[in-house]
Amino acid sequence: MTTTSSPVTTRQGVLELAQVSRWYGNVVAVNDVTMTIGPGVTGLLGPNGAGKSTLLHMMAGFLAPSSGTATLDGGRIWHNHEIYRRIGLVPEKEAVYGFLTGWQFVLSSARLHGLPSPGDAAKRALDLVEMTDAAGRRVETYSKGMRQRVKVAAALVHDPQVLLLDEPFNGMDPRQRLHLMDLVRRMGEEGRTILFSSHILEEVERVAHHIEVLVAGRHAASGDYREIRRRMADRPHLFRVRSSDDRRLAAALIADASSSAVSLTEQGVEVQVTDYARFTALLPRMARDLAVHLWQVSPTDEDLESVFSYLISGSSR
Amino acid sequence: MNTVVADITYRAMLGRKRIWLLVLLPVALVALAALLRLVNGQDEQTAVLLMKSFAIGTMLPLLGLIAGTGVIAPEIEDGTIIHLLAKPISRPVIAVTKFVVAASLVAVLAAVSTYASAYLLVGSESGVATGFTLGALFGGVAYAAVFLLLGVLTRHAVAVGVIYALVWEGVVGGYVPGARKFSIQQWAQSLADQVSSSPFFSTEVTLGFAVPAMVIVTIGAVVWTGQRLRSLSLTGDD
Repeated sequence: MTTTSSPVTTRQGVLELAQVSRWYGNVVAVNDVTMTIGPGVTGLLGPNGAGKSTLLHMMAGFLAPSSGTATLDGGRIWHNHEIYRRIGLVPEKEAVYGFLTGWQFVLSSARLHGLPSPGDAAKRALDLVEMTDAAGRRVETYSKGMRQRVKVAAALVHDPQVLLLDEPFNGMDPRQRLHLMDLVRRMGEEGRTILFSSHILEEVERVAHHIEVLVAGRHAASGDYREIRRRMADRPHLFRVRSSDDRRLAAALIADASSSAVSLTEQGVEVQVTDYARFTALLPRMARDLAVHLWQVSPTDEDLESVFSYLISGSSR
Repeated sequence: MNTVVADITYRAMLGRKRIWLLVLLPVALVALAALLRLVNGQDEQTAVLLMKSFAIGTMLPLLGLIAGTGVIAPEIEDGTIIHLLAKPISRPVIAVTKFVVAASLVAVLAAVSTYASAYLLVGSESGVATGFTLGALFGGVAYAAVFLLLGVLTRHAVAVGVIYALVWEGVVGGYVPGARKFSIQQWAQSLADQVSSSPFFSTEVTLGFAVPAMVIVTIGAVVWTGQRLRSLSLTGDD
């Protein structure tokens, strides 16, 4: 594949979900979701169990919506194998034919797509994910990160306009992760529609220009990542601070408007922060001015569940 | 028929431990025939009994089960099937290809071992070897199609297949005359009987019923498999 192919710009690659729900018996996995995914990189963010894979599977034609419609450029996705000429899919499941070598696996993908020069396409795709050196080895000997990369190569081999990746960075080491992030970003800049799911905010933030947040099957938020980040940052935060003089620091903090409550505990000072940006800028300066050493500054409610719960309550207000 | 799908499926079936499962029964059949020949000499009655009860009655359904479910069920179970399905290839074509692989494996292994073992026991006498080889060949194809379908219909394909082969064909078919009409085993024997002139062998199911039944079941199972694959859904871990 090439990263500069011209046909890409002539195609749109807009995925649309219209009032899509999916339920299994009495369990609702995705609830009345409407979203449009256009060219560029979009991150599908949500905690585990939010319905991200269900949504991706519906966009990839591997699951029929129980109600609503999923389309690619207005064309039906479900029961339409022709969409795979334009869609590349990297599923979350690690399973790859272990008895094939990386080369055979990606080459088979190129041949299944009926590409005119499958060997060249496979070579380019393997180069792109830096798997050329290990391509002669059987996939069953690969690490999790290598399997992930070879799956990405197989999904990219036909130079798709739309790329769907389900938790693509799982199992990769930091260098591989950065490399794939860079690749995804570049492909997005070239005008491809790229949607990837993740439960890690920082991953999404580094790659996506647009974020869709899914919580408990509901579409909780949508927009530019900075906007979402700001809304996340705007919620009250609880920080725990340990220092060389907790009492002195607590007295200074309560005098500032960035905090609504400060309490002294055996573990240090607990600060209820209402202005996140102001607090994080103020604290180091304050410590320096008071000649107090900071031993530890840690947010106590940074887990994603609480962040997402806040977003949901915010979006329903 | 897609050659890449066929290539991957043959590699999966033959390149791993499953090949030993596939060759175990045919080898056992030939070994048993060789042993009987050594002990009893040339004996047509023994040959017919071995062909009916072991070659057609035991080996054929089990080979069909191993190959028919083996070409698709493990891939659905572990999710590797996505590699084939997320391609611009119609699902019925994938189903037909999987069927061709399973049917070719069962047909070749069953036919070769059936002919070899029958020939060892009676040579070409009364057409026993040729008849049962023909029965194994076409019966194997039908079994492959039915078990392929089971592989996409249920995650418990092997258990259901064993119950069908042993309970329906083995027990019910043995004691309930009407049930015999709806048994691949009986259809295979009907074909064998048509060619063989052995006095030790006769079947109840006519060729006029067995052949159309075999064709309908085989084509029906493959078409149904294709339709099931079209609607194959993946459920995420999310």
